[in-house]
Amino acid sequence: MDEIPFSLVDLSRAQFALTAMYHWLFVPLTLGLGLIIAIMETLYYKTGNPEWKRTTQFWMKLFGVNFAIGIATGLILEFEFGTNWSNYSWFVGDIFGAPLAIEGIFAFFMESTFITIMFFGWNKVGKGFHLASTWLTVAGATLSALWILVANAWMQFPDGMVFNPDTMRNEMADFWAVLLSPVAINKFMHTVFSCWIVGGAFCLGVSAWFLLKGKEKELSLKSIRIAAIVGFMGAALTALTGDGSAQQVALRQPMKLAAMEGLYEGKSNAGLVAFGVLNPAKKTYNDSIDPFLAKIEIPGMLSLLSFRDVTAFVPGISDIMKGGFEQRAFDGTSHTALSAENRMIKGKEAIAALSAYRKAKSEHNDSLAALHKEALEINYPHFGYGFLPSKDAIIPPVPLVFYAFHLMVILGLFFLGIFLLTGYLSWKKSLHTYRWLLWLSVLGIPLVWLCSECGWVVAEVGRQPWVIQDIMPTYAAVSNLDTKSVIITFCLFALLFTGLLAAEVSILVKQIRKGPQEIH
Amino acid sequence: MDYTFFQHYWWFVISLLGGILVFLLFVQGGQTLIHQVGKTALEQTVLINALGRKWEFTFTTLVTFGGALFAAFPLYYAVSFGGAYWLWMLILFCFIIQAVSYEFRSQKGNLYGKRTYELFLIINGIGGIILLGVAVGLFFSGGEFVVSRGNLTNPGNPVITTWGNAWRGLEAITQPLNLLLGLSLFFLARTQAALYFINSIDNEAIRIRSRHQVLVNAVPFLILFLGFLFFLLRSSGYTYDPIDKIQLSLNTFHYAFSFLDMPVVLLMLIIGTGLLLGGIFLTCFNPAFKKGIWFSGCGTVLAVTAILLVAGWNHSAFFPSRIDPSSSLTIANASSSLFTLKVMSIVSLLIPFVMLYIFKVWNVINKTPLTEAEIQGNDHSY
Repeated sequence: MDEIPFSLVDLSRAQFALTAMYHWLFVPLTLGLGLIIAIMETLYYKTGNPEWKRTTQFWMKLFGVNFAIGIATGLILEFEFGTNWSNYSWFVGDIFGAPLAIEGIFAFFMESTFITIMFFGWNKVGKGFHLASTWLTVAGATLSALWILVANAWMQFPDGMVFNPDTMRNEMADFWAVLLSPVAINKFMHTVFSCWIVGGAFCLGVSAWFLLKGKEKELSLKSIRIAAIVGFMGAALTALTGDGSAQQVALRQPMKLAAMEGLYEGKSNAGLVAFGVLNPAKKTYNDSIDPFLAKIEIPGMLSLLSFRDVTAFVPGISDIMKGGFEQRAFDGTSHTALSAENRMIKGKEAIAALSAYRKAKSEHNDSLAALHKEALEINYPHFGYGFLPSKDAIIPPVPLVFYAFHLMVILGLFFLGIFLLTGYLSWKKSLHTYRWLLWLSVLGIPLVWLCSECGWVVAEVGRQPWVIQDIMPTYAAVSNLDTKSVIITFCLFALLFTGLLAAEVSILVKQIRKGPQEIH
Repeated sequence: MDYTFFQHYWWFVISLLGGILVFLLFVQGGQTLIHQVGKTALEQTVLINALGRKWEFTFTTLVTFGGALFAAFPLYYAVSFGGAYWLWMLILFCFIIQAVSYEFRSQKGNLYGKRTYELFLIINGIGGIILLGVAVGLFFSGGEFVVSRGNLTNPGNPVITTWGNAWRGLEAITQPLNLLLGLSLFFLARTQAALYFINSIDNEAIRIRSRHQVLVNAVPFLILFLGFLFFLLRSSGYTYDPIDKIQLSLNTFHYAFSFLDMPVVLLMLIIGTGLLLGGIFLTCFNPAFKKGIWFSGCGTVLAVTAILLVAGWNHSAFFPSRIDPSSSLTIANASSSLFTLKVMSIVSLLIPFVMLYIFKVWNVINKTPLTEAEIQGNDHSY
């Protein structure tokens, strides 16, 4: 049988990344702006002030334009698990499929049912019913994020499952371990809070543009107050959960952390790179070239953030390749890390044991099968290493992960500051006099998407080559397709998504220029 | 309740979701009728708005149908989607362009013009339904695939499923049973869309033209559906040994005998078809009758559920392999583990609650039929 070409894996990854990144242009606005709209409508419900209704309806119109395209790209993502990652679908479908099905049954139906009332029910139902529908739409969208993030977190931190050598797949053993894993909870909160930043920045930017043009002053100031509060809360909580996320990465995905920080040689009292320029001359982890051309470091901060101990040793890429350091675990214990080479040997042993187990079973030699099964179970934590072509494959693209991480953090701090400032000045009723700040808020619209996408680049590129951490690399997860087919579908998706995005942006710009309408 | 029970239960849930999905395809069917039933721009806008308030239900049901298949029968997900790549990709393309078309169609600045989005809706209405029907037809006609789980121990090529030809599922379009199913679903969707318009739009001209379309589309539907049933009932099918659940044997007239072995399922098919035809008949011959969609809708759900049940129950291989029969998928060899099926089953107990609020919201929105005045007065119209 022909070997799977690496170009197929890369193309399938590119197609999935394309779909995911386009999907993530629309989802955070749905989640963030949805919350803002729900708050606005609540204020209308409580005060009866028609200006709040007009404000709500204006933002709802923009919400609607964005919502549909998010659904379309989401559909593709779900089916691409089967079309392009069929081996993955079987290998972990027993665990991964359940959250997707639950997402469909509860979250999607809640969202798609109540959004009908939200858009078309203003004159058909009472104010209370309408308000409840708006909140339920937001709740449905957030619940949908919960289930897909549970699934994603499980890929980064596989837990609550056992490998069944008879069915040749992983099977769920503990639903609560999957749903309530610390990584899942943290990832869900970090992601949803970051969407509040996107919603806040969008609402703030558009309102700031109105103020700059001298239009819709009351609507803009009302909107900015809510956007600033939601955005500030989002930014603060994202930072807090981001800290938790970094800690989890340090414990479970040390290579990702090393790439995020450009840390090649591990050290105790490791500093956090506040600003750095990587040295493009550094090609491999074991050459003697300095990884940085320039950097500003906060001493001890990386050790402190990673392990809550300023003196803790943070392994670098070289250490992870060589092994021999003390790797801490979630439960507070630690073990001596194996080298990448050793893990590859153990991975191959696991695969060989699985093959021998199947042979013994087919020959009805149960005692021999039991021995091979034991060998498989011992080596299973390294199973995915057995598929790697070389040990260097476990190093993700460092520059991409490093710059994405730092850009995300810098932009996150920028938004924390801008929400604080605009919120304060709008409360003081003097925001409209600070034109530079209003322009900065408008500039925040593209920047917030850049920030949000960077987050996913760190999460997903940083964990390469693993589709399931340590258990399955992308190479073993792919469908057996011809590369031409994937090239064609990649190009078609790229054209279609780009065309639709251009249409959405154009419609949004027209709607914003037109401004709010009379109340219906 | 053992493993077998849960495998059957989940095939039932999938079948029911499939039945509901086929009913909701009236949205797609309606998209192909916009220019035949609506003669003025305003009438066409009214039709699109009547459908636009329901398109998300169809879309969500499709996503849930896919999600439930993934969760309950992951091997099918891997084999069918990874194998019949082009068939599924074309279906997906047909649905992406639908999702944005309602919202973008009448918006200023939509870049490509109203006609383009209407064309997208028509492509979705024709291609989406027919191809989906062809894909479902594979449950009976089978696909050219091989499953070798042992490949996972081959680091050079660990992929466990391979498709036997370069057409990647497009070859399924040439099989009569698949094509008959796809085409009959297309005309069924158009018939139901016309019934839906009669029930939900307060416009006499639209009602008259819709009534005409019910008859025009019901006749080809009936002919094609009978053709599909003819092919289905005379088809052979694989069954697995109920004891070892591995050995497969080929049986002639398998699906005909399966209906006879499961009289309740046969009754569902008969009652479903009767309700469907009853809804059409009453609408065509009683001008005052507007509730045809409810009869035909319930009938469609029953009939399609019955047809899908016969694909997977009674020890049938629900996705036979045409090149390696031993690779055929059954609910016994393609399902998730007992633990996962149990967890999902507990979750599924809440489905009636979900259906209850969908029904409530549907009623609220459709309480009074849609009028041209409502569209003109609504800030959010398509």
